[in-house]
Order: sequence, then structure tokens, then C-alpha cells
Amino acid sequence: MSTPDLFDIAQKEAEAQGAFVSSVLCCGSTACLTSGGQAARDAIDEVVASNGLERDVRVVSTGCMGLCSRGPLVKVRRRGEDEVLYADVDGDAAREIAERHVVGGEAVEHGQLSLDHPFFARQVRVVLEHLGEHDPNRIEDYILRGGYKALERAVLEMTPEAVVDEVLKSGLRGRGGGGYPAGNKWSLLAKAPGDDKSVIANGDEGDPGAYMDRTVMEDDPHRVLEGLALCAYATGAKQGFIYVRAEYPVAVRRLEQAIRQAKRNKVLGKSIFGTAFAFDVEIRIGAGAFVCGEETALMASIMGGRGTPVLRPPYPTERGLWGNPSLIQNVETLANVPTILNRGAEWFASIGTERSRGTKVFALAGKLENTGLIEVPMGITLREIVEDIGGGVAGGRPFKAAQTGGPSGGCIPAKHLDTSMDYESLQALGSIMGSGGLIVMDDEVKMPEVARFFMQFCMDESCGKCLPCRAGTHELHELLKKVCAGEGTLPDLDRLETLCEVVRDNSLCGLGQTAPNPVLSTLHYFREEYEALVAGAAVPQASAQPGVNAQDGSA
Amino acid sequence: MAKVTISIDGVEVKAEQGTTVMAAAASVGVKIPGLCQYDGLSTHGACRLCMVQLNGTPKPKPACATPITEGMEVHTTTPRLQEHRKVLLEMLFAEGQHVCAVCVASGACELQTLAADVGVDHVSFNPPATRQTLDLSHPYLGYDPTRCILCTRCVRACGEVEGAFTWGLAGRGREVHLITDLGTPWGESTTCTGCGKCISVCPTGAMFSRGTSVAERRPRRDLVPTLTARRDLEAARKEPS
Amino acid sequence: MADQRTTPTAGAERPTPAAKAAAAGNGAAEDPREKMLTTQLKMVRYRADALIEVLHAVQDIYGFLDPVQLLRVAKELQLPPSRVLGVATFYHLFTFEPKGEHICTVCTGTACFVKGADELIAAVEREFGVPEGQTREDGVLSLLQARCVGACGLAPVALVDGVVVGKASSEMLLAALDKAGVGPMVDGGAS
Repeated sequence: MSTPDLFDIAQKEAEAQGAFVSSVLCCGSTACLTSGGQAARDAIDEVVASNGLERDVRVVSTGCMGLCSRGPLVKVRRRGEDEVLYADVDGDAAREIAERHVVGGEAVEHGQLSLDHPFFARQVRVVLEHLGEHDPNRIEDYILRGGYKALERAVLEMTPEAVVDEVLKSGLRGRGGGGYPAGNKWSLLAKAPGDDKSVIANGDEGDPGAYMDRTVMEDDPHRVLEGLALCAYATGAKQGFIYVRAEYPVAVRRLEQAIRQAKRNKVLGKSIFGTAFAFDVEIRIGAGAFVCGEETALMASIMGGRGTPVLRPPYPTERGLWGNPSLIQNVETLANVPTILNRGAEWFASIGTERSRGTKVFALAGKLENTGLIEVPMGITLREIVEDIGGGVAGGRPFKAAQTGGPSGGCIPAKHLDTSMDYESLQALGSIMGSGGLIVMDDEVKMPEVARFFMQFCMDESCGKCLPCRAGTHELHELLKKVCAGEGTLPDLDRLETLCEVVRDNSLCGLGQTAPNPVLSTLHYFREEYEALVAGAAVPQASAQPGVNAQDGSA
Repeated sequence: MAKVTISIDGVEVKAEQGTTVMAAAASVGVKIPGLCQYDGLSTHGACRLCMVQLNGTPKPKPACATPITEGMEVHTTTPRLQEHRKVLLEMLFAEGQHVCAVCVASGACELQTLAADVGVDHVSFNPPATRQTLDLSHPYLGYDPTRCILCTRCVRACGEVEGAFTWGLAGRGREVHLITDLGTPWGESTTCTGCGKCISVCPTGAMFSRGTSVAERRPRRDLVPTLTARRDLEAARKEPS
Repeated sequence: MADQRTTPTAGAERPTPAAKAAAAGNGAAEDPREKMLTTQLKMVRYRADALIEVLHAVQDIYGFLDPVQLLRVAKELQLPPSRVLGVATFYHLFTFEPKGEHICTVCTGTACFVKGADELIAAVEREFGVPEGQTREDGVLSLLQARCVGACGLAPVALVDGVVVGKASSEMLLAALDKAGVGPMVDGGAS
């Protein structure tokens, strides 16, 4: 009957949290948990309990703190003191930190990581703002940080058109790869006729080497729900779906829990904030098919069918789920929306470049000193990411290439390190922004082998519906295998290019159309490696550029 | 209904709005190649042989699924398109084992005709290592998977027209293959009505009446309703819901 | 707890101890697993669009998808059998054979590939006599690939019975398998 009083919930939560003298925030992400984070958490709990400090010390497992390569990470925050971040905290280190710092009040010197570390200092956090700070299991903690305020304001004070306008003005573009302006999609669905419109959050993150969406769903599930609810309100949709990969069981569990909490608090379900706006969300689980990240394949999968793409047009906003207008938006895109409404479209548009606004989350991996999850303003250079945030190539080896966009993307060579990370610049280099996997390769990595790896991925993941993708990726893989084995000839390289063209121009969906990208981009930038292979010699090391060396990792 | 004027390979064509490029071309006798499209069945758009270039843009579009718009300029046989068609057909040949000399459909095979038209004289890809076996479990119908090109006409005819849903696709990627029921032999299918529509629409000799000898199989296209009949059907279907 | 599981699960429905016991001690007149599947079917209200969820449930309950259950699913959801098999064979997480007692999954995502995931696979194949993608003849160990388990910061990554082995070397992975109780292949199966 009553409407949720966010202010009340936030105040109660603030009081409850304020009652603790200190808090210990343990990173609860997969990377940290599995590299000893569970033992660290147990040790801290034990020390706190044995000292009878349960009422004074709050121990929380938070979302991902980002610097996965230095995990497990633990943050200690005592009232009136600066917070201290510890890295590489195993069970013993955790015990020492708990006994000396948490109980004793004196920070442990070793293992500290400065918060001015460029890995953290260069980031701008919008989507990940609560990660490493709040407890993803509690809606109250989200509300305390301003959660569901955007939805409340939208539902009570704004017309749906005004919400669409705000998203349009912000310049937000799809974060799943294509970069289609979100606002345009929203207004298309808003204008589409029909009473059974749906909005779908695409959490089928299949790019091998990317885990941004997984982290957002696991560690800030309410942000995804709020974004989806705002989208539904703006477009007139009544039903929402979140499509999650089956490989992400924790994300499924956290989202299910979040939906229950949201319904209990009446920010989801019937009569949201006491208005006529009703919106329900269902979770749908995939079963291991990369192609389901494609809009039409994803819808086929939600409807319980084979996840094969169908021809567009008609676009989902005209004919989507069960023939009704639908809209599909990547999880990260939706996670931007609450902040856009809270802080204003102008604020959001002030970040990034002219055509690529806002921030982008990248999963930074490969041969770097610092790897993990980062969020940076669009337009940052690749060099800043690799050298400053990533700390340079591991072991001081030369940088060779950065791969973005996964199996649909390309490799950026050292000479383009100063390129701006935005949709257009990356496309101009033959790569794409993609969902945000960023993998750095050093001189030990052989580029034809990388191309073969991605082609094998596309071949395995091709749905088999259209001929160019089904047979073409196989033939391309066969040819690359031959070349990598040193059995190719020079005409084979031309053949490779022709085949790439056939597959790219004739495939039905994005998977096939972009599958040749890794081959084309490595052929373009590292052709000498291919030529050396067909000539029978070893891969030359000369194409790597020396000079990008590792800096000191920690402070 | 409003008429739209387009040009196909330089010839002006007037056709109703909503017509596909392929149908508009057919109305003036221009045959755009294609193996999965079949009048009376839903559009599949997967063989990618009917790709045409529109308004001079390099990115080709499937003629079977692209509706015409006023002033559209269609090019159906640019050198680039023909080159790609050739490669695609080679891929099709390499996927199966198409030996015309011993095929029941030789002479009435759409794949064979198309290959001859486009000028495929050799296949530069390697054939698959394993050979799939013939299904002759049905009393009077037969299926040869090595001649199947996965156009899914049979699947669509079986489901959309006959309503039996006996034929289906299984597997993914290069493993995609046709199945009857739960992958059971055709003859043991509990859903097959034995109507033979699958055979009538098959563009190659993958499906045939048993006892037909080489170069004897001729498709009975009259078994499947035409496009107009289907339109009526769809209109009727829309009414009640 | 380990965040990663190799078995797909349909949301909150996980194989309960009862299910596992039932899977082991099969043979009584009434199979309790049948009832469990009925419960799952009721939960999705026999909706045809819940096919993937139902297939997940079947695999959770029975360990794999066998034709008898697929036929039952087709009947209960009123779907053509060809459609049920078509969907089941499309998604790679569905399996049609029982898996091994222990499961070793090596991540072959890009980050792990760059850091040498193939060496891990080769080492397990060599030392434990199990070909990649298959289950050892004695049914003790399955060696699988995963498409990226999302722990790229720890690459290369492998999972032994759902527990992540991060920044793995061949030695670490072999030791983890040893610890899990996987012995070497006895009776020269791999000749």
C-alpha cells in the first residue's frame, strides 16, 4: 500500500553503518576469492570474533576493486583515519592486518598499495562507482548511495519523453560493441505501437577475455535493475528480461536476489512508487552459445529456441519477442542510465569525446604488470591505459599489440599506441570497441597464431545457419592452420584475403561479418610475420617496438 | 496498393510496395540466384547467393529479403558479386558430396544449374573427412545427407505447410544437420505423415522417392501452395488472435 | 565459496543431495527424479518457451540429457521432438553422455590463451590419459575447455571440480588434480 521511502531506508542504513568504529572491506570478486580471498576473509572474521568486536567492526565482502593481479585486496577504514588498501592479502597477512590494524589501530606497513597508484588515479568511475565500496547483497546499501533515486524522480516527476530526451542528450551509445546511440533505440521503442513491449538486458558476455558485464551484474545488480526499469518507464514496456550466460551462476543468484529485494521494497513490480507504472523482470539463462549475444539470436533463445539470428529488418523495435516491439541493451549501457539521470545529461556528455561520450569499462588482461577491471573516460589513449594504468608490459618486454573487441575486433600495433579509445578511432584502425576486452600482447606472441585462435573461436561459435559463416570460417581456419604450420604459400595469403572478404560481405549476422577482422587486421599490420611463415622462416621479432617498459608496480 | 519504380541491371521495373527485390526481378524475367528462398515458405535468407548490390554501395544485401524502395538501383551480377557467388558455391560443394553422375536429381538440380550458370568448374576446398550415411528407413522416401545444402526448405515445408514438424535442424556450426524427430530414423518417425512435401521443395537430390532412378527425380511443385495462398493464410491467421 | 561452477544450473535450482543420491541408487520402482522433473515443469507452468530452463533442469537432475527424458520434455511442453533435440544440440553446455566423477576445465579465453592454456591441456592429457573434450574410459575424469570463466586477471585459469586454480602452471594443475583424488589411468586404456 505504501510507497517506498528511500530517504528512510537510507537513513536507517547510514545509522546502522555509522555505529561501527571501523570497516574492513574485502574484495569479493572471483579473482580475489580464488586467489586466497576466502581464507583472508575467514581470518579477519575470526580475529574480530575472538576479540569480541562484532559490534564495532563491520566486515563486508564487496564487489570487485579492480586490480585483480594484486588480489586478494582488503581495505581497512577506521573512523577519523585515512583508509588503507592492502594487496596480496593471504590468510596470514589478513590475520596480521586484523590484529595490528583493525584491533590495534596501527597500520601494517608492508603490502600497502597507495590509492594514488596510477591504476586507480587514472580511472573515472561511473558504472563501477560502488564497486569495492558497498555490499552487493543488500539493497539498503545501494539505496544509501543514492540508488533508485533516479527511478523515483523519473516515475514521480518526469514524463517518459523527458527520460528519453535525457538519454538522447547524454549521447550514451551501446556498450555491447556496435555503439548504436541508446537514446535513438529508446525513442524508437517508445514510438512503437503495442501494449506488450519488452526491454531486455543483454548479459550474454561471450567475448573470451572480457568480464565487465559479469562484474556489474554480480557486484551492482540493483544498478542494472534500475537502468532496466528506467528504460521500461521511458519506452512504455511492461516486461523486462535479463539474459545471463549460464557460465555466470553467481550473477544469476545475485540478480534473482536483487529482484526479490526490489519487489519487496516496491521499486519493481506492480505500482512502482505508488504510481500506475508496473514493471516485472525475469531472468533467462543461456546455455553456452556466443552467437546469442546477437540481438535476434538472443530473442530466439529467450523464446526457448535455437539461438540462430534472423534477418533484420524488421528490427527488434518493430518486431521482437513474440512479435512485439522489443529493445535490447547491453548491461553496461543500462548501468550508465541511473547516473545520467542523477547527475544530468550535460555532466555525462562532458566526459569523453565529441562522438563517444562517457566512460568505458575494460577488462585489462594479457601480458601487463597490472591486470584487472578498469573504467576510463572515452578518448583516453591506448598508451595511457597500457603504460600508466597497466604499468607497462610485464617483465619489461616490448609491447607488440593490443587486441580489442575479441573475436570481432582487431590488433592495434605499437605505432598506434597514441590512438584515442573511442568508437570511431578504433574502427578506423580495423578494430572495434567491442564489449571491452583489452588484451595486451608482448613480442613472444605470434600474430598469425592469434588470428588462428580467434578464427577457431568463430568457427566453433558459428550457428551454422548461413553458408558464408558456417563454411567460410571453417575454410579460413583450415587455411590459417596451414599457414601457421609453415605449409602455406604466398598465394595462400591472397586467398586468405579473398575469403575474408566473402565472409565479411555475405554473412547474415554480426558474428560472421566481423569474424575476419582479427585476420585482416593482423595481415595488415603484421604481414611480414605471415610472409616469414610461408617462406618457411621463423617469426621475426622486429615488429615489436622496444621502449614500452614496465614501471614499478606498487608504491 | 502503391507502385514503386526501381531499376534492375538498368531495366526499369514497376512493382507493388513491399515486394522483395527478388520477386520484382522475377516479374521482368531477371532470375536472381538463390537456393533457400521458396515461394510459399517463410524467408530464410541463409544461402547468401542472392546477394545484390543496391544504389552503388559496396555492401551487398539479400534480394530475397530486401523490400524495394522508390528509386532503388539494383545490380545483380557485378564481377564482385559473381566472384563471391563462385566462392560460396565452391564452399557448398565442399561441404557435401555432389556427384551428379549418380544423382537422382541430375538435370533438375538447382545447385547444378546454378553452378553451371556462375561458372564453377572446380572446387578448391577439401571435402569433409567423414561421409554421412543414407537414411532409407522410410518405406517409400529416402534422404541422402551428403547432398543436403541446409537450405531448410524441407524443414519449413514440413512445419509451415504440413504442420508435422518432423524435420528439424540439430547441432551447430559445421555440425548442423537435418533430423527427423529425436534423431530417429525417418521410417520410425511418429510425426511424419509421408506427404512428400519435403521432396517437392528440395533443390538437390538430397530427398527422393525410393525407386527413382538416376536423373529421374522431378520435383512436384504443385504440392506446396504458392505465395498468394500463403498470404491469404497469414491474413486468416491474424484475424482471430 | 568457489564462484565458478562447471555445471550449468537453472537459477536457484541446484542438484540437491537427494538428487545425487537418486542418481546413484537408481532402480527402484518409482524414480524420485521423475517427480523432481515434474516439480520443475510445474514451476515453469509447462510453457514451451521455458524449454532451455527445462533442459537445464533435466541435466541437473539426471546429469545428462538422455532421449527418454527429451521425449518426455517434448510431450509435456507440447513441442515437436525435432525442436527439443534441435535446441538441446545447439547449446554447448548440454551434454548427452554422463560426465566423469571429477571435472577439469581449462579456460581457453584470450587472456589464458596468450598465457599458455594449451600447455595446461597438454599436460593433463599426457599425465592423466584423458583426451581434451572427453571423459576418461574409467569414468574418473573429464577434461573440458571453457570459453572464458571471467577471471582473466588470474590467467591462465583452470577449474578442478569447480574450484579455480589461478595463475596456473602445469605442475600446479596436476597437483590440484592429484589432491582431488584423480589417479593416473590404470589398465593401459590409452595404448
